[in-house]
Amino acid sequence: MERRAVLRVGCAAGFSGDRTDAAAPVVEALIAAGGPAVLIFETLAERTLALAQLARRSDAEAGYEPLLDALLRPVLARCLEHGVRIVSNFGAANPQGAAWRIAALARELGLRVPRIAVVQGDDLGDAAHRGLLDQALGAAIQGLNIVSANAYIGAEAIADALLAGAEIVVCGRVADPSLTVGPALAHFGWARDDWDRLARATMAGHLLECGAQVSGGYYADPGYKDVPGLAWLGYPVAEIDESGDCVITKPAGSGGRIDAHTVKEQLLYEVHDPAAYLTPDVVADISAATVTELGPDRVLLSGVRGHARPAELKVNVCHENGWLAEAEISYAGARAEARARLAAEVLRERLQGLGPLRVDLIGVISVLAGDGEAAPPAGEARDVRLRVALNHAERASAERVGREVTALYTCGPAGGGGVRTALRPRLGTLSCLVPRGQVPCSYSFVAAE
Amino acid sequence: MTKLTVPLHRAAHGRTGDKGNRSNISVIAWHPLLWPLLVEQITEAAVLQRFAGRRPSAVKRYLLPQLQAMNFVLDEVLDGGVNDALNLDSHGKALSFLLLDLPLLVPDELAQYLIGPATDVIPTTPSGDKT
Repeated sequence: MERRAVLRVGCAAGFSGDRTDAAAPVVEALIAAGGPAVLIFETLAERTLALAQLARRSDAEAGYEPLLDALLRPVLARCLEHGVRIVSNFGAANPQGAAWRIAALARELGLRVPRIAVVQGDDLGDAAHRGLLDQALGAAIQGLNIVSANAYIGAEAIADALLAGAEIVVCGRVADPSLTVGPALAHFGWARDDWDRLARATMAGHLLECGAQVSGGYYADPGYKDVPGLAWLGYPVAEIDESGDCVITKPAGSGGRIDAHTVKEQLLYEVHDPAAYLTPDVVADISAATVTELGPDRVLLSGVRGHARPAELKVNVCHENGWLAEAEISYAGARAEARARLAAEVLRERLQGLGPLRVDLIGVISVLAGDGEAAPPAGEARDVRLRVALNHAERASAERVGREVTALYTCGPAGGGGVRTALRPRLGTLSCLVPRGQVPCSYSFVAAE
Repeated sequence: MTKLTVPLHRAAHGRTGDKGNRSNISVIAWHPLLWPLLVEQITEAAVLQRFAGRRPSAVKRYLLPQLQAMNFVLDEVLDGGVNDALNLDSHGKALSFLLLDLPLLVPDELAQYLIGPATDVIPTTPSGDKT
């Protein structure tokens, strides 16, 4: 068999809202390295799609990644010029809308309009699929106001689109690693049941999918785990070979760190059973995986194995779930902690019966309250921010939390200031499995205008 | 043989991830020679006790000896998860630091493989038992 060149996959976003200056250095590194290259942006967390669906309800043209322009504008010309293809789930709830926007952006930049493919099949939120969800979720779904329902689909439609000549592939809810597996499948021409290779590419994708989390982000701990240049982290590039094994690296001169330890942390991130990491493409097994430092900021991942992909696809259903009310007020100076504790008592009494009220004394104990973490007896802290939070099904009831905290200005202990209140709709999530055959996936090219 | 007691974060590092109301926390040895200590001492029982305040419905440990790493999966510890939690840290991102505060008994001859300042120890009685 013909030996194929290494495929480089760079990742320039790990969530919706990631840094928009991340892509340019990655693209320059891909171009400098030469050879086949793909740029991916991973912008969908579990709830991002529901938020996108809500955005689309109020504006039919919205519903894709709000930062789409900001992510692409700095790199679109260079990618088109050098044949760096782009694959992303930034289509969110409206991949078609995102594709149109990209075409318009290209025209605005004076570029030719690229061949853009849109992947379909993940969105199960319409009436036609309600029976499928009812069947999978039974009583749990009854009476809920559904916001979104999406299957985690795999890499095949992405690979097919690339093989058909797509320069940009816009997806909605595909599994995060599939953004990498798709290009690898298309490039190397692996059999689609070559489970070991698919698993290796899947774990390459897993290392990439959170952006800088493999290259020094979410890692630094001064004096224990130092990371140089944290303000200017280099986003990762995976060099995937024909076997699917990969070397993780980052643009020369960028900040951050890639070593065996940063790679191990990200390899296990959001993994449960290491022998069975489930994706739509394959069941990956990292129980015998190894990582090897090849040089500065170069780490080889090998030893990943694969097993046949699951017969079913995971579906996430997001539904309206009441309101989250949060409010804060600060007390500072002598006896600040005692005043904050008195304010908390007032709130507990005034909001009695409304539901469980979370009370945090930021500066004394907050995040780890209840974890046996040095929960100090009423102490002498001199700078304390009281924070309360409550869930309620009814907006009017949830609003009382903010009003009661605001009233502490004039009715509470002495010297309370800096009130901030927030009221947000909550989304609930249900998960289920549906037979793969019920979720046909495909791609189509955006009609040239 | 004398031993010292250190917080786990001198022998290992880790990262928290979340899916729904389930948290996973990796514990990765800084040096292969420290790995057996982790296997022996950082058990499901020890982690269950550390997280007792969150009443996990299950704690499962997976070992990855090739990586000198272990992965803990803790069920129902996130106050309902990111959709329902009232905790400021609704993802439980900080939980690795809770786990990495567990005490670890380290034989003196392995102390050279620990990271961080030598002063970062957990005080013990003269016999070497944890107070």
